[in-house]
Amino acid sequence: MTMKLTPKTATLLVLVALVVLSPVLFPSGYYYRVGALIFVNAIAVTGIVILTGYAGQISLGHAGFAGIGAYACALAPVHLGLHPSLALLLGASVSALLAFLVGRPILRLKGYYLGVATLGFGILISMVLNNERQLTGGPDGIEVPELGLRALLNDMGLDLTNGQFWYWFCGIAVILGAWLALNLHGSPTGRALRALHGSEVAARTVGIHVARMKLQAFVVSAVYASVSGSLLALQNKFITPDVAGFMHSIEMVTMAVLGGVGSVLGAVFGAAVLTLLPQVLTVFAEYEQLVLGLVMMLVMIFLPQGLLPSILRRVRGKDE
Amino acid sequence: MPELLQFLFSGVTVGAVYALVALGFTIIYNASDVVNFAQGEFVMLGGMLTFVCQAAGLPLPLAALIAIAVTSAIGVAMNKLAIEPARGAPVVSLIIITIGASIFIRGGAQLLFGKQIHSFPAFSGDTPLRIGGATILPQSLWVIGGAVVVFVGLWLFFTRTLTGRAVLATSNNRLAAQLVGINTGFVMMLSFALSAGIGALAGVLVTPITLTAYDVGLAFALKGFAAAMLGGMGNPKGALAGGFLLGLIEALTAGYLSSQYKDAAAFVVILLVLFFMPQGLFGARTVDRV
Repeated sequence: MTMKLTPKTATLLVLVALVVLSPVLFPSGYYYRVGALIFVNAIAVTGIVILTGYAGQISLGHAGFAGIGAYACALAPVHLGLHPSLALLLGASVSALLAFLVGRPILRLKGYYLGVATLGFGILISMVLNNERQLTGGPDGIEVPELGLRALLNDMGLDLTNGQFWYWFCGIAVILGAWLALNLHGSPTGRALRALHGSEVAARTVGIHVARMKLQAFVVSAVYASVSGSLLALQNKFITPDVAGFMHSIEMVTMAVLGGVGSVLGAVFGAAVLTLLPQVLTVFAEYEQLVLGLVMMLVMIFLPQGLLPSILRRVRGKDE
Repeated sequence: MPELLQFLFSGVTVGAVYALVALGFTIIYNASDVVNFAQGEFVMLGGMLTFVCQAAGLPLPLAALIAIAVTSAIGVAMNKLAIEPARGAPVVSLIIITIGASIFIRGGAQLLFGKQIHSFPAFSGDTPLRIGGATILPQSLWVIGGAVVVFVGLWLFFTRTLTGRAVLATSNNRLAAQLVGINTGFVMMLSFALSAGIGALAGVLVTPITLTAYDVGLAFALKGFAAAMLGGMGNPKGALAGGFLLGLIEALTAGYLSSQYKDAAAFVVILLVLFFMPQGLFGARTVDRV
């Protein structure tokens, strides 16, 4: 019996399989850590898929939201006495609120103007994190409290190493994030976003509230970035303002576009490739930047749809 | 008053550099609709290559000329190898390509020139000139003069020469320009050469003041991009105004408010301007064809 899989179910199944089966291939515990890093990036990149892939809007400042999420986990437990998990939620709420407030005026801009406005926004956040030393520890970074969930699982008899715990925890988060994004894709909101991506004027003529829709995509993607930043901070138990820096924003966009910005799976793939690249290149540390720049240019020139869609097309033949 | 004058001097000097970088952005944008984030690397290359040639024993003017020529050639190569093959790609892809190019150039510079900070002597010595109680370095005058000369030169080129008008025609309507026999491929090449050359010149002029290293390009690119957008992308006057405005805002914020937040002030102003004037200060209002 053949059951027709919807693309949504198929994507989720592939993701679950990847998360569950990859550890079989891990030669050492270190790879759990790399896997967890891939997942952390993949969460932020899923947000970019919603903003750029669905709605067609550019952000060169999303690392700012990652910075808010990360520093919420560093600061709220110490200064407000919140549990780190609540700090993650607080970071996400602050990011959402901020995205809501700045999104309305910023999203009226188009193309490169939107690019420079989001860029400026991201730089402002990273500047605050760098300069407010008494609070954030400045460029040297700050320690982040332990989440405590691993100890709890340990008490329940589930003995995981630190690397394993974060691998599974972030893996589940990626699948959840992908599930939400895929649901959004088929929902009326998702269809409206894709419609305004095609043509804002056409979308408006069929009654889509373009400004509100763009704002929703912006807020949702900000929450993704914020959660990604929080998870990174909690995992490393240390965070520096680089998490909010311009290069991190660029990394997010590049991962999304490199993998294939239209699809969640492509974005996760892009996150995996760009997270692994520096790990592979540590042997040739001096050539890392050279190779990274070259990869970015070559993929965009020769596979403008992104890596995953291009590979899939080749596998299926040219029937699409 | 001398205090204010001092801040104005430093603002105009930095602003002149931003204006030159913004002009580079504008020229390439007009010819190809691409915002070239590698523009800052041209500034780095200008300073760095001058240092290398000068350290090899060449006289400074010759070293500077070689640096500008080599950087222009790199600009042309970038157009040929990375921009032309991606013609018609979406804005996000183009941003990634030019940022990829800038990371590539930065990586290459790090390999070739190392991570040290370099400089070379100022053109007319280091004795500050006293004007109205404030001081200004002779090199600052070189920077400001350089920006003015480049701007006047470009203006003459675009309005008085056939080639310059061909560039303008191409930026207005590429297809129409091709139809009247303009070699738009050549225009693209010329624009990248010109823009890389101007970036390199900025690097040559400013390095004796700010020093150079393999990684200084990104800051110049971000500021130049911001200045070009502030003035209105595609408008050379806007680039000039945006550059000087950005430099002055930074210098005055650093002087009177907080030197840590001087960059913040610049970006706050840009956000405010874009909120009220989404096309920048001098940008043409565009109407979308549906």
